[in-house]
Amino acid sequence: MECALVLWCLGGHLGKLVRVSKNYRSVIRACMEEMHQTTIAANDPASGRQFSSQVSILSVMELIWNLCEILFIEVAPAGPLLLLLLDWVRLHVCEVDTLSADVLGSENPSKHEGFWKLVTVLVLQGRLDEARQVLSKEADANPPSAGMCRVLGDLMRTMPILSPGNTQTLTELELRWQHWHEECGRHLQDGTFASSPPLESLCKVMLGDEAALLAHKDLLSNWYHFLVTRLLYSNPTVKPIDLHFYAQSSLDLFLGGESSPEPLDNILMAAFEFDIHQVIKECSIALSNWWFVAHLTDLLDHCRLLQSHNLYFGSNMREFLLLEYASGLFAHHSLWQLGVDYFDCCPELGRASLELHIERIPLNTEQKALKVLRVCEQRQMTEQVRSICKILAMKAVRNNRLGSALSWSIRARDAAFATLVSDRFLRDYCERGCFSDLDLIDNLGPAMMLSDRLTFLGKYREFHRLYGEKRFVEAASLLLSLMTSQIAPRSFWMTLLTDALPLLEQKQVIFSAEQTYELMRCLEDLTSGRPARAEPDAQRLEEDDVETTKVEMLRLALARNLARAIVREGSLGGS
Amino acid sequence: MEELYAKFVSEKISKTRWRPVPPGSLQTAETFATGSWDNEENHVSLWSIGDFGNPDSDGSLEGDHRLLCDIKHHGDVMDLQFFDQERIVAASSTGCVTIFLHHPNNQTLSVSQQWTTAHYHTGPGSPSYCSAPCTGVVCDNPEIVTVGEDGRINLFRADHKEAVRTIDNADSSTLHAVTFLRTPEILTVNSIGQLKIWDFRQQGNEPSQILSLTGDRVPLHCVDRHPNQQHVVATGGQDGMLSIWDVRQGTMPVSLLKAHEAEMWEVHFHPSNPDHLFTCSEDGSLWHWDASTDVPEKSSLFHQGGRTSTFLSHGINHQANAHQSLTSSWLSTDPAKDRIEITSLLPSRTLSVNTLDVLGPCLVCGTDAEAIYVTRQLFS
Repeated sequence: MECALVLWCLGGHLGKLVRVSKNYRSVIRACMEEMHQTTIAANDPASGRQFSSQVSILSVMELIWNLCEILFIEVAPAGPLLLLLLDWVRLHVCEVDTLSADVLGSENPSKHEGFWKLVTVLVLQGRLDEARQVLSKEADANPPSAGMCRVLGDLMRTMPILSPGNTQTLTELELRWQHWHEECGRHLQDGTFASSPPLESLCKVMLGDEAALLAHKDLLSNWYHFLVTRLLYSNPTVKPIDLHFYAQSSLDLFLGGESSPEPLDNILMAAFEFDIHQVIKECSIALSNWWFVAHLTDLLDHCRLLQSHNLYFGSNMREFLLLEYASGLFAHHSLWQLGVDYFDCCPELGRASLELHIERIPLNTEQKALKVLRVCEQRQMTEQVRSICKILAMKAVRNNRLGSALSWSIRARDAAFATLVSDRFLRDYCERGCFSDLDLIDNLGPAMMLSDRLTFLGKYREFHRLYGEKRFVEAASLLLSLMTSQIAPRSFWMTLLTDALPLLEQKQVIFSAEQTYELMRCLEDLTSGRPARAEPDAQRLEEDDVETTKVEMLRLALARNLARAIVREGSLGGS
Repeated sequence: MEELYAKFVSEKISKTRWRPVPPGSLQTAETFATGSWDNEENHVSLWSIGDFGNPDSDGSLEGDHRLLCDIKHHGDVMDLQFFDQERIVAASSTGCVTIFLHHPNNQTLSVSQQWTTAHYHTGPGSPSYCSAPCTGVVCDNPEIVTVGEDGRINLFRADHKEAVRTIDNADSSTLHAVTFLRTPEILTVNSIGQLKIWDFRQQGNEPSQILSLTGDRVPLHCVDRHPNQQHVVATGGQDGMLSIWDVRQGTMPVSLLKAHEAEMWEVHFHPSNPDHLFTCSEDGSLWHWDASTDVPEKSSLFHQGGRTSTFLSHGINHQANAHQSLTSSWLSTDPAKDRIEITSLLPSRTLSVNTLDVLGPCLVCGTDAEAIYVTRQLFS
């Protein structure tokens, strides 16, 4: 399943860009949700596994995107930075809710085996209010520890955090936090929680003790959770530029030399180091398709974070990635229409790439061809229109669909092809003695003007019609004009003259003397233009014989007509 | 017109049709079929918008459409029609015409009958067999008429293995769409801008009438007949122009309305309110044309940028809308007297809207953006 997104091309306002980023993430989540549903509904385990691996890839993509949004797009300063990072972690560790439902839903929550686990997880995620509430259950159920629970609960309640509407400055917050931290330390030293190991461990966590945190490695489940929790309880006003120190040490501590970093770890580390290019590079290597990097890079480019980096082949990174992605879309059988939009957004090489790709889309129906042509015409790609129409017209001619061929050449305004189609019609006429596809030729309309040959075809057909309707005089003058106006191809003159024969032989005089002179001139042009044949062979001699007979008959008819015409014109006073 | 539900379905939709409701019943449309195109594996699917959830507080039915069943279709679905309540006819780009049967008890579709070589350029007998896409199909139980890029018209009857009648080379260009005029007569439109009327009672292979525009031979892509007045026909062309024709009179259209900016793919008269016409186009818009006379006086300015615009058709005469006879709202000889109100129904420009269908107060349309839009309150 593909999630098809259209590129958001925006102006630079930061708030808008954050919204766009959130939109992208919500689409990724929607895809995850749908794919999850498909996984559940899948019939066989193999496809179920495939779907669930897709779900995990999408989840990783959303994780990375979210971090990039916090660090690069929102550019959160110290203070809000931690809150956003906390949200980030909370969003991606979902076991809390099921555990919470389990524990709190049971009859005796504090006796549930997952009780302390729940409290610890809540504290690790900085959800201190919830932790306090859960802890109160223990206080209710176990009166001896009520006092300790209350103290710890108070500590939880009084931890200073930066709330969104708060107007306190960072220094104020730091100061208050320092006081609170010291108070926690005092309680620990005084041994307030000595009789309850879980409570003591929680207090150590809240003091940001690394050993205590690492003891809960399984609950943290990954190093970035460890990082954020550590920051929450040891340096909540951390500045963005200091992040990477903590990140590197967190990664090292968490892995503890047992395993090496995975690709995801490298990507996140690069993000914490604010090395955008490294992030993109690592993502390109790790993820199998270009969607993620193309869209993320485009968004970051809109935030003006990528301006400085130019690649060797002249276009910048954003355009390179978009071109890669769009080319991939064109390779897909149906997503080419989206690829067009992406190419439009690439100012330097987009148009050239589009021109190359659009001609190579396989066209199996006319409807698809029309859509492709519409795309080309909207972008004034006349060369491509012409070449596509030519291919379609050739196909049509081969399938004997001369009307279609003509309609494609009209669309491309391709006079040469229209000439080809008309020649085909004329050839058919010569062979069969009658026109095929009269519905087309009779109704050419203004398209007739597209090419001389087409005009000739239309007029020739008109001549036949006039002859059929016995309007001989008009037919005669049309025939003559066809020859004298030079639109008739030379090869056809003989046919035209032969068509004139019955008109010459009519009882009444149709051609005037002038017209007859013209006809004779044409005939002479035709016969004098033919050179003497070099090697006469049997068939040629035969053809020559037929030709000569025809010419003879024509000459005779013309002469007779001339005579009659002169007499008639002379006697009736030139009428 | 509110409450347009959109659903993205991961395949480009080429055709959608409402299942007809049994005549005389008071039900509204509940089920529609869609056909996809341009995929390696295309599908004909049935969807339901029936009541499957809780109606919300004010009693209106909630929720968008869900898939009932689908079946693989070989080739692009070029056209789709309901033959009767259970059977759907699909025309394929491989030249094959298939009847699918819907089994409501286990919600599946199966192939009931197939004519695989309905349309071809060179026949099945010859070694260089080349099939041609079948571009249009229309049914009138028990007959099915199909047309294709090979310029051929076929008349099939369900349960007959061979075509009852075939007109070879009926047209030298591609036939894009077909509709019934009166039962033995059909009307086809082709890619050189001609309408041809064929009468199956006659033996020959010639059309009984040819109509065309005198201007540029713009290919015509879709045609629909007025539900009550069988001589009134609307066509849509490659330049987005809507033409209304009266086939009794003359060979020219009665009115030409400049509409969309790109090919108009489908035009439909509303079956029970024929003063309303719907068109959809490659430019990504779907328009509702309202020629009913109870439209109150509107200003004659063309509202730019708004979703509703009052449009003056061919003719520049700003007169007040006078009394109008009931029968001729589309054929009015003085087009300037009519205000046709045009509303664009889709909220934003998308990729091409390939198809639409209307039945009662419900409208469904499908786009190249892989979305299906449904509304149940067309005339709110």
